[in-house]
Amino acid sequence: MNDMTRVERTVDSKAIKIAANNVQVYYGDTHAIKDVDVQIEDKTVTAFIGPSGCGKSTFLRCLNRMNDTIDICRVEGDILLDGEDIYDKRVDPVQLRAKVGMVFQKPNPFPKSIYDNVAYGPRIHGLAKSKSELDDIVEKSLRRAAIWDEVKDRLDAPGTGLSGGQQQRLCIARAVATEPEVLLMDEPCSALDPIATAQVEELIDELRSRYSVVIVTHSMQQAARVSQKTAFFHLGNLVEFGETGQIFTNPEDPRTESYITGRIG
Amino acid sequence: MTDISQMPDAAPTTKPKGGSLFEKDARTKRRNAAESRFKMYGIAAIGIGLLMLIVLVTNIVTAGTGAFQQSFLALNVELKADKLDKKGNRNIEDIKKVSTFGYAPLIASALESEVEKLGIQTDLKPKEMGKILSKAAQAELRNYVIANPDEIGKTVSFRFLVNSRVDGYMKGRVTRESIANDKSISVEQLDFVDQLRDAGVLYKAFNPDFIFGADASDQRPEAAGIGVSMLGSLFMMLVVLALALPIGVAASIYLEEFAPQNRLTDIIEVNISNLAAVPSIVFGILGLAVFINYMHLPTSAPLVGGLVLTLMTLPTIIISTRASLKAVPPSIRDAALGVGASKMQAVFHHVLPLAAPGILTGTIIGLAQALGETAPLLLIGMVGFIASNPPDGIVAGFLSPNSAMPAQIYEWSKRADPAFYERAWGGIIILLIFLVTMNTIAVLLRRRFERRW
Repeated sequence: MNDMTRVERTVDSKAIKIAANNVQVYYGDTHAIKDVDVQIEDKTVTAFIGPSGCGKSTFLRCLNRMNDTIDICRVEGDILLDGEDIYDKRVDPVQLRAKVGMVFQKPNPFPKSIYDNVAYGPRIHGLAKSKSELDDIVEKSLRRAAIWDEVKDRLDAPGTGLSGGQQQRLCIARAVATEPEVLLMDEPCSALDPIATAQVEELIDELRSRYSVVIVTHSMQQAARVSQKTAFFHLGNLVEFGETGQIFTNPEDPRTESYITGRIG
Repeated sequence: MTDISQMPDAAPTTKPKGGSLFEKDARTKRRNAAESRFKMYGIAAIGIGLLMLIVLVTNIVTAGTGAFQQSFLALNVELKADKLDKKGNRNIEDIKKVSTFGYAPLIASALESEVEKLGIQTDLKPKEMGKILSKAAQAELRNYVIANPDEIGKTVSFRFLVNSRVDGYMKGRVTRESIANDKSISVEQLDFVDQLRDAGVLYKAFNPDFIFGADASDQRPEAAGIGVSMLGSLFMMLVVLALALPIGVAASIYLEEFAPQNRLTDIIEVNISNLAAVPSIVFGILGLAVFINYMHLPTSAPLVGGLVLTLMTLPTIIISTRASLKAVPPSIRDAALGVGASKMQAVFHHVLPLAAPGILTGTIIGLAQALGETAPLLLIGMVGFIASNPPDGIVAGFLSPNSAMPAQIYEWSKRADPAFYERAWGGIIILLIFLVTMNTIAVLLRRRFERRW
């Protein structure tokens, strides 16, 4: 296994895109996330790792307020996007989600054509003034998601007819079509085979040049391969957050070490 | 190992330690017996169900097909100008002054000359001969003359309905023995009917008036049709569709997608399910109290019937709509919200189109249920009203008194003349054809648009 090679990349210090301070999340009476402080940098891939049920997906969904759809979920603390509290009363979650895009665990293309899948976001946000402009956005997004060559001849075919890996890249194209500033990925490769996973990982590395990417993953190798920063969650606590290389080679907390070496989780 | 080497021939006969797999032990036998017993029960249950269905269908078909056939008498009637238009000016108002009784002699003489022409020997007087015809014959003739005043003076061939006793005789329902105490027909008349039938002028034929015509009075069951009450049902269904579908879908979308989960919505949910189980007669009495007594909407009108049936259909539509909204995977909502769609955009752009086949199916089934509903119509006066004319335009269709198909069937089944009984069965066939068609459409829609995730 040569998974640790990429970790050697140098990481420049960059602007803070999202700052979470003292975040608490409750599901009814359950205290799901406790005192989480995280700084997510711009143009960086940040990985959230940790055992199942540790709250990493929950925390990810707080970043674009997808938890709003769950009635019993309550979020406390500050999450600042470019210095603005996203849980402020004045913030419309719809506008927020246009800035903070999301890719889900299971590929979930709309049961519509490939073109309509990608064009949906720009359409509802009015990003294109004409059909040709929309065509450009669709092509650009599909190219960024590295799927253009595979689908350019069948843009009218249903998105659900693609293979799993293609569907996931289509979902990424759909997410980047709205020109988000942050891209959240909730275990984007867990339903994919190794080849599709490799393609998506490569894509994530490319996306880093434009967006701040936050990825939740169960695979520590994946976190090591794609991310520059890693946060380790355990039982709702953020145990350790730092440079990926440091977390995987020289963790400070004994719990992180146990998880990475496979003793808990 | 040593055992085998010592007794090589005995190996196949020795039993394995835990017993042979080739022999079933007592437990296995009991278990298998229980399983096959259960299968037998299941097959028997299905068999009973199928048998009942076959009995029901054969019963309906044998009893009801007769209604689609009617006995007719072909006659050439001379439309005598001196009787129908005494002034000779062909003024339609003057022609209308001749009542149906005025047409009786024309038919009687036409019958008499027909009998003469065919060389039929009978002791019957012309008046008694005429009695084999339906009372509707004179009205039919009069309507023809009023519609075509230019034909006066000519001889026109007609196909008149014969009365229900003669029709029953033609269909084998009435026999010479069964009419012993029947004053409306005699054995001589039946002999006369036999002669006419042998001559080919009295015959059975398909009767479109049963399907498209209006109900008739107790005296002329042969002329009764289900067509007008079919229109009544149609107008009611239009009301139900126009009200129940939008209200039901809006309510379900709100409850399923927007409403917060709290005590109030729980109570609403439970009560919607309860409403689906409320006996339909309760909706009828509610409709009587609210729509007729309080709001003073017209009695017996399809509008009121439609409103009552809307109340009844709403829970069905809401329940099926919510089920099909629930069946749309949450990942689709997430995907839409994830690219920044508002909740309403997510619902209307993605969830609703995916749920539409299910909603449509539920609506069709709700409509089919409403179409067959009789009890609430009893209370708002749509039963027992004899609709003798089709409604006069769309507005009248909603507001003027009418009946509905199941109400018409119920009404016929109450009447004394056995000829109506036959028509009730015939009406059931038509109603069932509608229901089966609607349910088939629902099933096909579901098949056609069913998605696998």
